[in-house]
Amino acid sequence: MKLAIFIVLFTAYIGYSVVVYTKGTKSDINFSKTEQAQINRGKLLFQQYNCTSCHQLYGLGGYLGPELTTAYSDKNRGETYMRAFLKNGGNRMPDFHLQDKDIDALISFLKYVDETAVTYKKK
Amino acid sequence: MNIAGNYNGSLSLNKATRAFLLLALSYLLLGLVFGLMGAFQYIFPEFLKDQLSFQKTRPLHVYMVITWIFTAAQAGIYYYLPNVSGRPVYWQKGIWLHFIMQCIISLVIIAGFFAGYFGGREYLEFPPLLGLFIFLSWVPFVINFFATLRPKYKTAPVYVWMWSTGILFFLITLSESYLWLFGFFRDNMVRDITVQWKALGSMVGSWNMLVYGTGIYVMEQLSGDKKVARSNISFFFYFLSLTNLMFNWGHHTYIVPAAPWIKMVAYIISMTELLIFGSIILQWKKTVSAARKNYNILPYRLLSFADIWVFITLALALIMSVPAWNYFTHGTHITVAHSMGATIGINTMLLMASVFFILKKENTATFQQNRKWISSGIYISNSALLFFWISLLASGIVKISGTQHNDTFFNIMLKSQPYFRIFTYSGIFVFIGLGILIFSSFRITAVKNQTEQMTSKKPVSFSTQQIAELKD
Ligand code: HEC
Repeated sequence: MKLAIFIVLFTAYIGYSVVVYTKGTKSDINFSKTEQAQINRGKLLFQQYNCTSCHQLYGLGGYLGPELTTAYSDKNRGETYMRAFLKNGGNRMPDFHLQDKDIDALISFLKYVDETAVTYKKK
Repeated sequence: MNIAGNYNGSLSLNKATRAFLLLALSYLLLGLVFGLMGAFQYIFPEFLKDQLSFQKTRPLHVYMVITWIFTAAQAGIYYYLPNVSGRPVYWQKGIWLHFIMQCIISLVIIAGFFAGYFGGREYLEFPPLLGLFIFLSWVPFVINFFATLRPKYKTAPVYVWMWSTGILFFLITLSESYLWLFGFFRDNMVRDITVQWKALGSMVGSWNMLVYGTGIYVMEQLSGDKKVARSNISFFFYFLSLTNLMFNWGHHTYIVPAAPWIKMVAYIISMTELLIFGSIILQWKKTVSAARKNYNILPYRLLSFADIWVFITLALALIMSVPAWNYFTHGTHITVAHSMGATIGINTMLLMASVFFILKKENTATFQQNRKWISSGIYISNSALLFFWISLLASGIVKISGTQHNDTFFNIMLKSQPYFRIFTYSGIFVFIGLGILIFSSFRITAVKNQTEQMTSKKPVSFSTQQIAELKD
């Protein structure tokens, strides 16, 4: 009986995982190869510099710095503002001495994240 | 039975278990140090900003404390396995292999963080290759667990189910959290975030299974009541927790634009926690009177404090799982309050109960000498944690009200400062309280080493004592 319950639950878990991986998270946003490469580079840089330790994307990450999911389209922030911080750091944010092309890649990535955030902006 | 074999087995088991216990407690100690440093960075923005900023203190803290939880649970399981199964641990050298692999991995990860090498994923902030090695370091543990226990699940007590589930789901969720290495997952932000939350949410469930299983086992040993871990009601709650482990992660993703039914499933499943909540309330009287009766047994006292934190944490979790409220609480320190209540209040108290249960068994005399210290450590850490927890809630509320008024990040941080200060200062006391518990454990363990050196000249008498201890 117990084993049977376990097997049923486990099968449901596997099935549910597959559905989440596919149907549940489908995306309609498409990019050209070069755009995609640039976004990927930005994402990798975001991870290599561990930006997530201070910043959240969709609530995931540390809280020492501001949430960045919709920073790009935010009226009070936007691209120029973001570039300034990436270039020089801030009061709490360290200066990573990023090169301009790395900043470009990070901005492309954050712009893409902003584009996906449809539910986020409703309110 | 081959006594000589038994003798070798149990002795080296104890050495290896002790090594694991010490390793686990060292993780906790270091984790607390880096946690405090991180807290100081909240109130002094310039504190180590360029040498060891939050970019490094946070992953150091998170890695150490999560590893404390897993390692302390594993140390306990290694110790309990012979008792539960009536057999010596199947592969003695495997314990040492596990230990050595884990030490090397930790050193690499820590050195890497200091030097600025990151994988930059939540919880697993080290470079991805190390995830593979962590997986491999679990292999000897898994082999020893199943080969020693040879569990018969039809009749096995609930903690054996819980430990098995914890192991299985740790390996699954660790693998799942590296799916981003494939473009199919990485290139789609919504998918990546959803799968990441899914894997991590269930990974927390996996360590909860290991830790709660340990708590139930210790409780069984303390009370001598074998029925509890085999009753239908225990299994009902086990399956309820398992369901939550599998499907409840979705409340993290209410704000992610994935399919709406993911939210529905998460919401419905997380409300089943109300059953757990209700049963705690119903059992309250019983729990309190049992706690009063066994008040003098220190491991029991730790279990009782964990009970209180279960209640508080569950209440907060239920609030955070209601979508309309989650909209406000997500991305604030209310989430941190929840995870601190769970990891310190529940997990650490349960694991400390297990540590002291073992140490008391191993060396009753020294344990008794340290009673006063341990008792004050328990009080200091738990009362400080309450202030810590409240200050996190308060700073979360400040952020919510700031966000509602379209305040800037800078202003919100400014208004939160008083609460961050309470948070940091009470954090110092959490550190002191747990520090007392850690150093008491170190002291008890050190004395044991001396007696062993003395007795090791007379192996025969020691061996019978050891075997008797294992059997009782
Ligand atoms: C040590 C913590 C920390 C790390 C690591 C960090 N940041 Fe920041 N970041 C901050 C803080 C705090 C602010 C707000 C300004 C301030 O107080 O310095 C900020 C501001 C920003 C801003 C301006 C947007 C806004 O809403 O204010 C952007 C963009 C940004 N960071 C991007 C990044 C990226 C990309 C990385 C990784 C390369 C990164 N940050 C790493 C702490 C950090």
